[in-house]
Amino acid sequence: MEQVVSPDDSRLVEALRDRDERVFEQLTREYHAALLRVAQIYVTSRAVAEEVVQETWLGVLNGIDRFEARSSLKTWIFRILTNIAKTRAQREGRTLPFSALDRPGTVPEPAVGPERFLPPDHEHWPGHWSARPEPWPEDRLLAAEARSLVEEAIDALPPAQRAVISLRDIEGWSSDETCNALGLTETNQRVLLHRARSKVRQALEDYFSEAA
Amino acid sequence: MNGEIEQLSCQELVELVTDYLEGALPAADRDRLEEHVAGCDGCRDYIAQMWTTVALTSEARPVGLTPEAEEGLLVAFRDWKAT
Repeated sequence: MEQVVSPDDSRLVEALRDRDERVFEQLTREYHAALLRVAQIYVTSRAVAEEVVQETWLGVLNGIDRFEARSSLKTWIFRILTNIAKTRAQREGRTLPFSALDRPGTVPEPAVGPERFLPPDHEHWPGHWSARPEPWPEDRLLAAEARSLVEEAIDALPPAQRAVISLRDIEGWSSDETCNALGLTETNQRVLLHRARSKVRQALEDYFSEAA
Repeated sequence: MNGEIEQLSCQELVELVTDYLEGALPAADRDRLEEHVAGCDGCRDYIAQMWTTVALTSEARPVGLTPEAEEGLLVAFRDWKAT
């Protein structure tokens, strides 16, 4: 469900219409990472994604006087981004990754490798852990190394998974906001989030077990 | 699902964790999952790891604007303002 326009939104829209540079700066900083991650679903190179984000802001400025508040400001900005990114991808001759957003569950990707479980025909404990997860060392969780590792693991994700985990878990957006910005169903959003979080968890587990 | 309540395996559970944490599991599945976790240390630790993963991810640094990009936006803004 789309939210009704918040008082916050009206304030921002008014400020932009008044050509308030500081509000524009604040918005561009606040949304940069999220816009970039979403652009990267459609275009391959980081440089092109950066251009798409720049173009999006031009679109926002040129459209703000006509913004009718039928969606939240955020959703509107991301719609502009998505349109620009799709056009750009087409121009580059890229096949649009529809399946990445519309059917993310088509190819199975187990959260944990099957070798970690007893086989399905096991006499007593089919599908039970054969190598169970161990609790992680509390003290090492705080290390800057753990944070860098998470960042690397997120960078290595397929673009749609990376976008969803960035919006949800780095930016702290709700699932509604994330679905609206990406044009995703709730279910597909959860599939992408699940795969992304599972891979980041696996990267952390590898790191902690190596170190142990 | 037809009346007979089947035990959840650990391998099945790890695929339901996100739905569980998101509050998106139907009540019956949620009960089954919680019942399993109550008797399974491996899965209890697995769910704790997922929580930790989410917490660590929230501390990751978002990609920042480059100074050039920021400059470009400012120029664009001032051009727009002047029209």
